[in-house]
Amino acid sequence: MPKKVLMTGNEAMAEGAIRAGCRHYYGYPITPQNEVPEYMSRRMPEVDGVFLQSESELAAISMVLGSAAAGKRTMTSSSSPGISLKQEGISYLAGSELPAVIANVQRGGPGLGDIGASQADYFQAVKGGGHGDYRMIVLAPDSVQEMADLTTLAFDLADRWRIPVMILADAQVGQMMEPVEWHEYRPPPDLAAKQWALTGASGRPRNIVRSFFLYPGLLEEHNLRLQRKYAEIASSQVRLEETGTDGADVVIVAYGSSARIARGLVSEGAEGGRLGLLRPVTLWPFPSRRIRELAERGKAFLVAEMSAGQMVEDVRLAVEGLTPVGFYGRMGGSMLTTEEMAREAARMLELVAGGAA
Amino acid sequence: MSISYRRPGALIDKVTHYCPGCGHGIAHRLIAEVIDELDIRGRTIGMAPVGCAVVAYDYLDIDMCEAPHGRTPAVATGVKRALPESVVFSYQGDGDLAAIGTAEIIHAANRGENITVIFINNAVYGMTGGQMAPTTPEKVKTTTSPYGRCTETEGYPLKVAELLAGLDRVAYSVRVMMASPGDVRAVREALLKAFRCQMERRGFSIVEILSPCPTYWKLDPVEAFRHCAKEMTKVFPLGVYRDWEETGANQ
Repeated sequence: MPKKVLMTGNEAMAEGAIRAGCRHYYGYPITPQNEVPEYMSRRMPEVDGVFLQSESELAAISMVLGSAAAGKRTMTSSSSPGISLKQEGISYLAGSELPAVIANVQRGGPGLGDIGASQADYFQAVKGGGHGDYRMIVLAPDSVQEMADLTTLAFDLADRWRIPVMILADAQVGQMMEPVEWHEYRPPPDLAAKQWALTGASGRPRNIVRSFFLYPGLLEEHNLRLQRKYAEIASSQVRLEETGTDGADVVIVAYGSSARIARGLVSEGAEGGRLGLLRPVTLWPFPSRRIRELAERGKAFLVAEMSAGQMVEDVRLAVEGLTPVGFYGRMGGSMLTTEEMAREAARMLELVAGGAA
Repeated sequence: MSISYRRPGALIDKVTHYCPGCGHGIAHRLIAEVIDELDIRGRTIGMAPVGCAVVAYDYLDIDMCEAPHGRTPAVATGVKRALPESVVFSYQGDGDLAAIGTAEIIHAANRGENITVIFINNAVYGMTGGQMAPTTPEKVKTTTSPYGRCTETEGYPLKVAELLAGLDRVAYSVRVMMASPGDVRAVREALLKAFRCQMERRGFSIVEILSPCPTYWKLDPVEAFRHCAKEMTKVFPLGVYRDWEETGANQ
């Protein structure tokens, strides 16, 4: 059995990236993710990789763009205010169809906010914080083990789909310590070689990495192609975890740190097994179809997230008014509590029982 | 009969979209000539800026990458760090390099990134329609300085070659111009030396080229070249501001 190592979520993410073959990391310090650049600055020289502390987040994401264009596995990490700055480069990565991994260890906002855990960047991550019609695959780890595993997966998905992939974590999951089990990484054998990469036009026609299409019609064509790709991802790449949804009357929908609290409630058998948990692992593509199926079976929902109510909009879109959708959230770096969540869940159960009577 | 003049192999045989008398076409050709002369087409990667030269890849037959506005040296850094054996250059205008991208150019230079920056300074924003640039000279009227650039409120034109020469990891910083054929030959020599600087791993090199923009200078092409030599050089003196071969820097 592989040995377990105790580490923080941020360190597990950094080590996961290195094990997945990432040798080019660019970043700018910001709390609560400083363990990532610090870890990378130690580890990259050991594996002949590049760690570069950039002058800004704008520069870091642009350096990522350069190394991605050169065909390398590359990543950057930051936290909410820094991720706002990276939106420029993310839009260019998406438009140029470059694979890259971007981690957002979310903190409270808006503005400078605070350094507590938050999930208020959901809209920015899944709806496109940058300009233009684009999507990122967004992965939401809820444990230190997943900080490692989903980072590794992120590189495979980015390469397969030529798309930027975001790890949407938060201060809690980034800074807590848990044991991690490391497995040997093997890249998917069917990953195509990066024939589009810029390596110097030697023995082949030149390659161009671009997102600029000035002549009428070309940009629409490019966008239609991107949308076809996104549709393919949406139909094949949804990942989620379900606990006790079959017998549940109310399904709590939560991701990341919030899902841990919900899982506690559900697995303790609170409310006599009438509560279930659906945890989206991919926030985009969102598990809309599964949520719809559960709604069609009459299940109500309680969406719990550290925001004013962002993911709840996607749940409501999936449910389309078939059953009640409640919301429990806190903002400004405050964590959800088991007691408050239990109270909200009890209220939803009452509502469902009342509606049925 | 021997052939004394031909299109460089790294230059695509195509009519450019540049205005008559624009310096970009000459600069592209000189880059292509230097790539041919150094025989580095197969390992050269260029960065195209946001600005008139964004489609430089329509004319240069090499691998090229677009960069977000001003981030050109950061993208070049990402490419060069990924492929240290490649020859990487960024091609930037005065808005890209001297306004929105000042952080990126200064830090790439200060790190001594082993890349070559080709800076086309025509003292005006061409692509967006003739607005004021950070390099627009005092009292010059543009569409956003209709009363002439006022140094009280807008400061003086930014002197990039001098500014970067003050950084210790810069190996080569030079200002040349597009005017007479002799001046153009000097541009070619500067580009050749800048690429050689990179190939010898000396560190950061920048070639600032004073270049005519007849359209927004509102001059005919011949007058624009004369204006470059007579007026632009008063504000931006030509010269070698840093040279590792002279100072022994970065040996």
